[in-house]
Amino acid sequence: MDSNAAALSIPELDSLRTIAGTMIPADAALGMPGADDPVILHDIARAVGRDLLLVRQALAEIEAKSGGAFAALDRDEREALINGYYAAGGAAIMALGRLILGAYYRDDRVLLSLKQEPRAPFPKGYTLEQGDWSLLDAVRDRAPLWRDDRKELAT
Amino acid sequence: MSGNERVDVLIIGSGASGAAVAWSLAETKMRILCLEQGDWMKPTDFPTNGRDWEARRYGDFDIFPNRRGRDTDYPVNDDNSPMKVANFNGVGGGTVIYTAHWPRMHPSDFKVKSLDGVADDWPIDYWTLERFYEENDRMMGVSGLAGDPGVPPRNPPMPPIPLGKTGSHYGKAMNKLGWHWWPSDTTIATTPYEGRAQCINLGHCTPGCAQGAKASTDITYWPLAIRAGVELRTRCRVREITTDEHGMASGAIYYDAEGKEQFQPAEVVIVACNGVGTPRLLLNSASGKFPNGLANSSGLVGKNLMLHPWPMISGYVEETLDGGKAPITNLWSKEFYETDRSRGFVRGYTLQFNRGMGPANQAITSAASGQLPWGRDHHRVYREMFEHRVGIGVACDDLPEEHNRVTLDPVLKDSNGIPAPKIDYAISDNTRRMMDHGIARAEEILTAAGATRLYCSRAALNSPGHLLGTCRMGTDPERSVVTEWGRSHDVKNLFIVDGSVFVTGGGVNPTSTIQATALYIADQMKQRLGNLFD
Repeated sequence: MDSNAAALSIPELDSLRTIAGTMIPADAALGMPGADDPVILHDIARAVGRDLLLVRQALAEIEAKSGGAFAALDRDEREALINGYYAAGGAAIMALGRLILGAYYRDDRVLLSLKQEPRAPFPKGYTLEQGDWSLLDAVRDRAPLWRDDRKELAT
Repeated sequence: MSGNERVDVLIIGSGASGAAVAWSLAETKMRILCLEQGDWMKPTDFPTNGRDWEARRYGDFDIFPNRRGRDTDYPVNDDNSPMKVANFNGVGGGTVIYTAHWPRMHPSDFKVKSLDGVADDWPIDYWTLERFYEENDRMMGVSGLAGDPGVPPRNPPMPPIPLGKTGSHYGKAMNKLGWHWWPSDTTIATTPYEGRAQCINLGHCTPGCAQGAKASTDITYWPLAIRAGVELRTRCRVREITTDEHGMASGAIYYDAEGKEQFQPAEVVIVACNGVGTPRLLLNSASGKFPNGLANSSGLVGKNLMLHPWPMISGYVEETLDGGKAPITNLWSKEFYETDRSRGFVRGYTLQFNRGMGPANQAITSAASGQLPWGRDHHRVYREMFEHRVGIGVACDDLPEEHNRVTLDPVLKDSNGIPAPKIDYAISDNTRRMMDHGIARAEEILTAAGATRLYCSRAALNSPGHLLGTCRMGTDPERSVVTEWGRSHDVKNLFIVDGSVFVTGGGVNPTSTIQATALYIADQMKQRLGNLFD
């Protein structure tokens, strides 16, 4: 494995496409693309950065667990393999999951489907309602809960 | 090695405490220099400027230096600790990457030996620090609501952050249980304040505030200190504090931005590098006269590390709440803060109520907890969670134990070749019982709030630690590293002003107390300028 390589290789990207599409499949009814959507996949690949080695390791381990033919498995088998591998933990699959989710949940189509504005928080910000301050009335009249050391140590 | 002009006061570290002490001492008109290993932060660099704002908290704005890995960071070997070191290296230090949750320690926290028969009392008390807490609240700009029966009286200068839907939901549950709750004090400005704009809710602002509404010392103390004549030199990583033939500190050797070794002579040296960085520096300053590290005749430099174990309990309600569209800080509860031996442990904890998460963090967090599946069920489950999350942190008071410590790693070094710190930390039985109690109470609260899918992340899951206690203050030179006013027992012109000097840590975020203590020590120094070294 070349630790100095700056990006995933073509075979790795092919593997990533299948794996990402298994992890987060498209849902037409919800208007959600899959994580194997070309735009999202490009964002995932672009964002690998410091996690490159871990992501490579995760891709290789998934392929190894499937006998080198992850794409040939049926959908149930692919999902079971991914969920089992993820549940077992480890830095590699956690990094891959974090990378895919981080890119997927900033895609315009995904955010719009979730009724979110597809934008950065700054500079517009968001509105936070005041809430019901009268709820505090039940607390205001309580006796002090904190211990006054001056009184306790004086006795 | 290059030489520099001698200064009266050399401060090492520009974070919470270094900034406060620099500002306070500036009125003496002494020549004051601060060396900071990191850079100034630019508002345009903060994550919420971009669409990748959530992902960057796992990258260049991660709270863990080992993952963040900036070239201004130093590595920490925390393999032998269930909790990881949280810090930031830059002007403002840890106040750049923090939640801005702003509780004070309680009066009882300073007197645990006298009141509860455990650990040690501080040599000073809450009431000594009270006016410095107040001064610091004005300087940092605190938002909150007076009248809280859970804490001693205080008057935050700005109104609290809105309860929002999430806070109201929590409040109803807490009232149902009859337990204390109150909107948290925070250093997030809710009105225009001293040149800072008020918060417009840029989402979770732990990784820095693009708008400048969240206080960090680079935008609070430092502009005033610099205007008053203090010099702040960035990209200067101190390797060691030097001493002269009389055993007095003579200055510091540091590496500048080009990696060139420099010597900075000084009449007084103040260390403000946090509870891990400070013992690291003192241990790296060993010499023939101080073979076990500088200021370490007690052998306590690096020992008694406290990190605040912090279980997180989360769940999901049917009602749509605030999600991640506002600061995470929401409410606190002091119901279980003070000692009640019937609970099976001494001391106590704060319950910290959080808002939800943004879209990506919601997915990352719930996937990591095993609650969000991969595959065809992913979207259905995600939609039941997003903007429905409630979560409570249990901020536990971990009492000091000498085996919890910072030492120098025999192998690991930073980019300048300076030995890195190694952390050894284990959670005590008392703290474990406290954690279990807090987890059970949090689950009761979330259940009362109508939450399901409860999930507990115990402190063992890489939770970030506060850094306290490794150069404790006291009157006995054999049982403490610095005096009750922050001066080394061994080196009469060496001071420590950060969380290292804590004798106990309480069950609260410590920054408010760190800065109040730094202001107190600076005040003591100013009162003793005529005989500072006696």
